[in-house]
Amino acid sequence: MVQKLDYLKETPSQTAGPYVHIGLAPGAAGFDIYERELGWDIAGPNAAGERIRIEGLVIDGTGSPVKDVMLEAWQANAAGIYAHPEGGGAVEEGFRGWGRVITDFATGEWGFDTVKPGKVPGRNPTTQAPHITLWIVARGINVGLNTRLYFDDEGEANASDPVLNLIEWERRRGTLIAKRTEKDGKVVYRFDIRLQGEDETVFFDI
Amino acid sequence: MPKQGEFYQRDRQRHPPAHDPRYKTSVARSPQYSLISLENTVSEITGPVFGHNDIDEMDRDLIYNYAQPGESAIGERIILHGRVLDENARPVPNTLVEIWQANAGGRYRHKKDTYLAPIDPNFGGCGRTLTDENGYYYFRTIKPGAYPWRNYVNSWRPAHIHVSVFGTSFAQRLISQVYFEGDPLIPKCPIVQTIPSQEAIDSLIALLDMNATIPLDTIAYKFDIVLRGRRSTLFENRLEGN
Repeated sequence: MVQKLDYLKETPSQTAGPYVHIGLAPGAAGFDIYERELGWDIAGPNAAGERIRIEGLVIDGTGSPVKDVMLEAWQANAAGIYAHPEGGGAVEEGFRGWGRVITDFATGEWGFDTVKPGKVPGRNPTTQAPHITLWIVARGINVGLNTRLYFDDEGEANASDPVLNLIEWERRRGTLIAKRTEKDGKVVYRFDIRLQGEDETVFFDI
Repeated sequence: MPKQGEFYQRDRQRHPPAHDPRYKTSVARSPQYSLISLENTVSEITGPVFGHNDIDEMDRDLIYNYAQPGESAIGERIILHGRVLDENARPVPNTLVEIWQANAGGRYRHKKDTYLAPIDPNFGGCGRTLTDENGYYYFRTIKPGAYPWRNYVNSWRPAHIHVSVFGTSFAQRLISQVYFEGDPLIPKCPIVQTIPSQEAIDSLIALLDMNATIPLDTIAYKFDIVLRGRRSTLFENRLEGN
């Protein structure tokens, strides 16, 4: 008998369903159970860099906002370092780089406060433009969707970003670029995610 | 030992497709364009790190973590336990495992759930824990009930527990559902059936585990979770730049 490859196979994904909040954001489901819910503070109080807010909607194929989404964000600090043993160095105390947000049940709006990330190394000798990785789960989404948020005031860095440049349809690259605005004296980037149809957001297999 | 490189490519044939008309909500929530495949960078091989300061020991005991003093949740008392491994069969230690579920009657403690089965005043329905150095995790809970949902007019979800796992990187991030051995609703469920192969469906079914059952107290089910594995960089490492 020939030898066998003995790898295991990844557990298959299933939708997070309509009640994902019970497990991952119980306060939003309407009850308090944990002393500390995870993921509400991405950058912590000591993080250097520009304080920003990200806001948006997730929109389905009919043009309607999706009101039962959970998003997770993963980002480097302002120096381009991830809070992880392989993240490139040390980060500020309290900087986690990870966040978890849910949409408003009535409007579908979501948002989070953080700091603007710095550039991070790419593969080979390249540099990636500042970006935040987003992961989207909800009822009707069978496998969590990965995308990236870039910033529209980083035109030069975006133009040489190796991931954006992988997207051969240049007109689709804009779906990953958040628009900088000011609201009540705060810097806000608007980032709407379109799951399907016109201007569908680019999603990645990472 | 060689350095670790990229994660093995996710086998998208094993996972459900985004669009499956039998699961109706997926129709308007599935991208029409193909995913764009990325080679891993530092953004994908890193991910959040959790520690014991983030959670409490009690968080893994759903029978008592929302119960009034002296009370406990109603239903079939079960232990759900197993290991989190990668595709190389290596344990994934210190990783966050979170679960959520309906109560014994199939009712969720969620303001959007209007099913007429009652709320259990002593049951919240969520738990979380960190795997130990061997990738082992365990929860105590109530076996959830089946519940109806508006897909077809007479669709019922099999009993299931939702599970969320992080691994060591954002590339391993996974949410899935655990089903129970022998449940006749499993083959009828459109959400289960989004998974293309029977072998992959079977890997979501927790097995009755009499060896882990506590006599006269709590029955047990075993469920192992497998996350993506990572290759060793034997001859080149272009990941970090050089």
